[in-house]
Formats: sequence, structure tokens, C-alpha cells
Amino acid sequence: MSNIPSELKYASSHEWVRNEGDGIVTVGITEHAQELLGDMVFVELPEVGDTVDTGDDVAVAESVKAASDIYAPVSGEIVEVNEELEDSPELVNSDAYGDGWMFKVKLSDEGELGNLLDAEGYENSIEE
Amino acid sequence: MTNQTVLHAKHLEAGAKMVDFYGWEMPINYGSQIEEHHAVRQDAGMFDVSHMTIVDVKGADAKPFLRKLVINDVEKLQVAGKALYTGMCNQDGGVIDDLIIYFFTETEYRLVVNSATREKDLAWIAQQSEGFDVTVTERPEFGMIAVQGPNAKAKVDTILSDEQKTAVAGMKPFFGVQTGELFIATTGYTGEDGYEIVVPEAQAATLWQQLLDAGVKPAGLGARDTLRLEAGMNLYGLDMDESVSPLAANMAWTIAWEPAERDFNGRQALAAQREAGDQPKLVGLVLEEKGVLRSGLKVVTEHGDGAITSGTFSPTLSHSIAMARVPRAVKVGDIVEVEMRKKLVKVQVIKPSFVRNGKKVF
Repeated sequence: MSNIPSELKYASSHEWVRNEGDGIVTVGITEHAQELLGDMVFVELPEVGDTVDTGDDVAVAESVKAASDIYAPVSGEIVEVNEELEDSPELVNSDAYGDGWMFKVKLSDEGELGNLLDAEGYENSIEE
Repeated sequence: MTNQTVLHAKHLEAGAKMVDFYGWEMPINYGSQIEEHHAVRQDAGMFDVSHMTIVDVKGADAKPFLRKLVINDVEKLQVAGKALYTGMCNQDGGVIDDLIIYFFTETEYRLVVNSATREKDLAWIAQQSEGFDVTVTERPEFGMIAVQGPNAKAKVDTILSDEQKTAVAGMKPFFGVQTGELFIATTGYTGEDGYEIVVPEAQAATLWQQLLDAGVKPAGLGARDTLRLEAGMNLYGLDMDESVSPLAANMAWTIAWEPAERDFNGRQALAAQREAGDQPKLVGLVLEEKGVLRSGLKVVTEHGDGAITSGTFSPTLSHSIAMARVPRAVKVGDIVEVEMRKKLVKVQVIKPSFVRNGKKVF
């Protein structure tokens, strides 16, 4: 069973969300998602300054096996992207919840966090 | 019902992620496909290929039968142990399968065919053998391990008996020899040196363990696919199938047109296609920028559209490569475009061979 940290929130499309306070969240893909995708070879990230809506495809994770869209789990402005992934996409495989983070969003509506799944909800969603 | 090879327990022991592969439960990787790929390119890796189908053809008519069955000519096989790569076509010139034929004597041959096509192959071979004095025997009682990489032969040597070492010493590529209980062949599917070893099932797990102890790293189907594509080798079902002529699959070199009187299956259809000169062809594509070329993507050229048959990220080259079927007028060196995620990206056309013996070859 993949690791699903209880302090994070999740989208059913396999993104995780960490509330950093100050209305900013960090987003990545779950360990379960990286296991499904396999060895990551490129990650295409959004641009800092982009405005995104919940459900927009904002990034692409290309593994040896497949290209997979990454969706914005919340609405807001992209305030930072993980440039380390440019040279080391494998960080998504080795540390999905840490060094493999993808981008940070300044929330346009903090209330949207309430729409995300908790760890248990996400675990149930991937067991179905 | 899923089949398991005799090495199934060894895969689980090594932490393999198992997937269904045409009815066989096989390892896709043992943690990282890319690390397994590099192990084969830089040192030595091994694959369980026990799911492949071994078929022995024996009898007074074995040779004339095979001269009809396949597009290459087993008459070329004159030295015991020599192997031949060939297509097996239907009467319309479509590829039923690609296979390797080992020659022992003019009345004894061994065929190794794909697992994905096992049933139709066996049915076709049985049907075609009618009227010939041959027996066709599938040999499911063997396992098969491919050991590949620059250090593969040296590592295998450490576990062979003196008699076996002598039997394989200096063996040229594309040969096989039965020595003791092992049939050891210098064939492979990665563009590296190495062996394919046919082993009785009872000894397969022991051989696997000996190879592990000798420092050979297990590699899964994922690495097998990136390695074979870097080597420019066809995969049945992607790069060719029954709807595709060998002329359109970079397999023209495996058709033995001479002697003209050899009436192999598909000859008439293939000769007409060759005469017409209108078959598309299989080329290599190189994408040096970001992105991965994938099977099925459209290739746009000034001579018309084509399609990628198989594409991947090349771990050795650190960018994407592919094989594509394109109009015959497209030339090596041309720049063409691939439609990728709604945009067109430029790719270079090369001969379909990307990496040999660990080195870039284009």
C-alpha cells in the first residue's frame, strides 16, 4: 500500500495539496500516482504568474510509460514551480511528497480546500 | 487463466512488479525500469523469457517444409548451431510472426516464436505442415533466460562447467549450442553481447540464482522494450503484424528472393509489392527536445502522413526515439513533424537503429 500522509489533502485525480499558511499551497502527485506512471523522464510545469482554475490541466508528467496530465486541485495563481524537476524528474519517483513537489498556488478562495479529499477519502478512491 | 513461468517465485523474491503480458504474469520492473536498462547497457542484466514459445521441427522434410514456411531461406544454414531471423508470412504477405530458427541438422531445427502469437503460430505451422514428413513439437518444459550486456558473457562464464565454457568459447553472434543441459545461444534483443539460455524447468530457478550471485541484475519487460527500441529491433504487434508487409517493416533483408523457384508463403504477394514499389517504410525518428514520442502518433511529411509504430524515452540517449511507418519517399536525414499533444514537433529521420554496444549510432 502506498504512503498517504494524513496531514495532506488530495484530489481524486491523484494530486496532493499541502497548506503552507498565508493562503499558499504546495501541489504534487501522490506516491500511488508515481507508482502507476513509473520512471519519470520529463515534467512540464506551469509558468509562475499563470492563473489556474480547479480542474485545469496545468502540468504534464511524462514517464517512460505514458504522458499524464496534472490538474490544478485548487484555483489561484502559480507563485512558484519546482525547477529542480527540470534536471531531475526522478525526484517525483523518489520523494513524491517532498523534493518531488511540482508547484505552489496562491489560493483565490481558501474555502476550496474544503472540497478536497482527506487521506482516508483518497485511499478509498484509489481502492475502488 | 494467467500463466506463470517457472521463475515466478524468483521474480517476487526480487521485488518485481508483475503485470499481465498476453496471458502471462511477468515482471514489468523490479523497482526502476531505467536502472535495469542501464544495467544491461553498462554491465549485465537478465530477462526471464520463458514465456516465449520453443517449437522443434524434425523429420525427413524439415528443411523443405521450413523453406516454404518462412520468407528467409533455411538453405543458408549450413553450420550446426547457426541461427536465422525471419518473418513467417501468410499468402497475402502479411507478417504472422517474426522468429528465430536454429539449425542442428537438415532434419532438425528449433524455432523460437513470440508468446503473444503462440496459438495462431502453432495452428498455422500445424496447418502448413500437412503433406510434409515432419513432426512439430512445442517444448513448454523449458525455461529461457536472456543475459545481456557488455559483461554478460564473462559473468555467465563464471557459472558454466569447463565443458560448457569450451562449447561457447569464441561462438560468433547468432549461433546456439546444446551443451550439458543448457542450450546456449548468442542471440538477443538488446543490441548488446550476451546469451539466450534454454534450461530445463527443474534447473531454471537455480540458474537464475547463480546468475544473480554472479552479479547479473534482473531486468523486466519495461527495460526490455526500451533496450530493443534503442537497438532498432521490431516488436510484433507494434512494428508489424498481419496487416503489414515485411517490406514495410524494415524486414526486406530477411526475404530470400533467390533461388527464384523457392515457393515460400507470401512470395507472389511480396514480389508484386516489390515490383510496385509503393509500400511505406519503417524509419527511426529522433526528438532531442522535451517530450516522448508514443505509439500511434501521426507523422506529417511533405510526402504524406505516417504513424509512429513504437516510441519511447531512450535512457541511454536521454531523449525520445521512435520507429515510424512513413511514405517511401521520406529519406534518412529529412526533418519531419510529429503531432504531439495538439502541436507539431520537428524530428529527424534516421535509419532505425539508435544504440549499439552502449553507443549512439546515428
